[in-house]
Amino acid sequence: MAENRKPILSVRNVKVHFKVAGGKDWPWTPKKTLKAVDGVSFDLYPGETLGVVGESGCGKSTLSRAILNLIPATDGEILWMGKDLRKGSDKDWLNVRKDIQMIFQDPLASLNPRMTIAQIIGEPLRVHRPELSGEEVMKRVRAMMVKVGLREQMINRYPHEFSGGQCQRIGIARALILEPKLIICDEPVSALDVSIQAQIINLLKELQREMGLSLIFIAHDLAVVKHISDRILVMYLGREMELAEKHALYDKPAHPYTQALLSAIPIPDPKLERSKTIQILNGDLPSPINPPSGCVFRTRCPKAVERCAQEEIKLHAVTAATQTSCLLV
Amino acid sequence: MSLLQVKNLGVSFATHDGMVNAVNGVNFELDRGQTLGIVGESGSGKSQSVLAMMGLLAKNGQPSGEALYKGKNLLTMSAKELNGIRGDRLSMIFQDPMTSLNPYLTVERQMTEVLELHKGMTRKQAKKRAIELLEAVRIPEAARRIDMYPHEFSGGMRQRVMIAMALLCEPEVLIADEPTTALDVTVQAQILTLLKDLQRDFGTAIVMITHDLGVVAGLCDNVMVMYGGRVMEYGTANDIFYQPSHPYTIGLLGALPRLDHDGEALMSIPGNPPNMANMPKGCPFAERCEHASQQCVDSLPQLAVSSANSRVLRACHKPASELIVNANAEVANG
Repeated sequence: MAENRKPILSVRNVKVHFKVAGGKDWPWTPKKTLKAVDGVSFDLYPGETLGVVGESGCGKSTLSRAILNLIPATDGEILWMGKDLRKGSDKDWLNVRKDIQMIFQDPLASLNPRMTIAQIIGEPLRVHRPELSGEEVMKRVRAMMVKVGLREQMINRYPHEFSGGQCQRIGIARALILEPKLIICDEPVSALDVSIQAQIINLLKELQREMGLSLIFIAHDLAVVKHISDRILVMYLGREMELAEKHALYDKPAHPYTQALLSAIPIPDPKLERSKTIQILNGDLPSPINPPSGCVFRTRCPKAVERCAQEEIKLHAVTAATQTSCLLV
Repeated sequence: MSLLQVKNLGVSFATHDGMVNAVNGVNFELDRGQTLGIVGESGSGKSQSVLAMMGLLAKNGQPSGEALYKGKNLLTMSAKELNGIRGDRLSMIFQDPMTSLNPYLTVERQMTEVLELHKGMTRKQAKKRAIELLEAVRIPEAARRIDMYPHEFSGGMRQRVMIAMALLCEPEVLIADEPTTALDVTVQAQILTLLKDLQRDFGTAIVMITHDLGVVAGLCDNVMVMYGGRVMEYGTANDIFYQPSHPYTIGLLGALPRLDHDGEALMSIPGNPPNMANMPKGCPFAERCEHASQQCVDSLPQLAVSSANSRVLRACHKPASELIVNANAEVANG
């Protein structure tokens, strides 16, 4: 969509591997490698929203944490404005974190219960902008609270006095106060009720338009992701299955996994829901410690052929809007 | 006579803040092979109403009204009599597959116990039957896996074990409390297909509690929408989805991001759910409702047959005809 623009974030072949001990191992048995994220690459452009979807255990949260170095990547390159973050010093990181912020899944657990809202939302300013006076910080905190739809009078309350949706608004205010360029949202609405979820999604879209933010939006709910994203990355067992523009992905999913995932989502319309055919995936997710050879999805794929076990395929373009890692397309 | 008949069911809790009425005036009937969906957000009282029927309320909870199973009131039954029915004729699937199985016992012991108690089977017969059920819910290598502990199964498999356990005695009524909420969509699709097949084969009546309207659309004949401990609207799935006539139902459907069409902004419901300890005297939804008038704040609307559709019950002061027109216009715009 934007070949002429420069990406603000480029992720190249990023891997996050963990060393884990097996349950029945001796203490001296060599540890096994769990490949949580195994060779993911994508570009993110200014003002764009990239949705990352996949089921539990697919590595989508690990990937987001690797971008922020909360879990260091094992291999690969993470280029922020052309600069490799993995080689950065602590000081470089301090600068980068002004520009990249995160919103977490559990709204209440991600707020310090012993800090007031004023302290929570103002903390990033005190760390990154120590030159600001206390008064100026409070002024900005108030302005930000209004922006995310919290009443100014609530400024001295503690997190437990708020509902889930309000806590998520506080989390958003804290992420936005430094005026970042990119926000990574890790399942920001999955803990919320439908009516509150809609409020938060609308708020994020509105703020994005207003402030020109880029978003990486991680979720397992494909309907939510469709609503907010421009492009979508589908992950399975730490690998990329498909990276496509929103409409291309939902209208013409290329990868068998994407097709199965889309057909499994219940549609809130009795006639459509009862007449559609669901592609049931057999079996369970394989272990990321011992993933299948070749394409990791082949053990559950309805279209798998012998070649799938031997060849491992990286993302390749099938149309202008769609890239997939399935060798049959 | 209906298999299960619930009349004016209420649940109240004695708390430090005084009595909290978590559920008020729930009525429904369920026959063999039917599925009722109970929808609502957290705190709407949907789980508490079925826990009351199963005698599983917390110690400070007190049920009122009647829940008649084949004419016998489950709420006033002695524990001994209730134990003869629940787990046997009435059984329940709980929301969280991780915490609802006993981690100290193998799956085999947890399942055979049910059969030994209710059916008087020997352990050997019971194990054979348990393996059959595990195969029915498509657990691979059931004969070997039955001797494993719950932690050795994945989330989806544990939920299937729970379903198998609930079906051991071929219950007439199966209560499923958010059976797929903790699961991924592809696993959810497996479980829902399984429930549909089982209903077809055994004619089980299902009460499906969920907040996912998509699940309701695929499975339920009738739908009950709850908010703030009260029933807002009750009708067939087609009526509720295609002609919602209560502002809350309309809001809930509008707030859903949809795969099947594109909309710009979602229609969100402003504000937050009410505090159950301090319920307004009028309609619980009034303060978030765009159609609310002074009457809504002052007096509680009663659940009554809709003037626009005799199959639908609704609790709203505003005439249904006005709201249905609005809802259709919104869908057309979206």
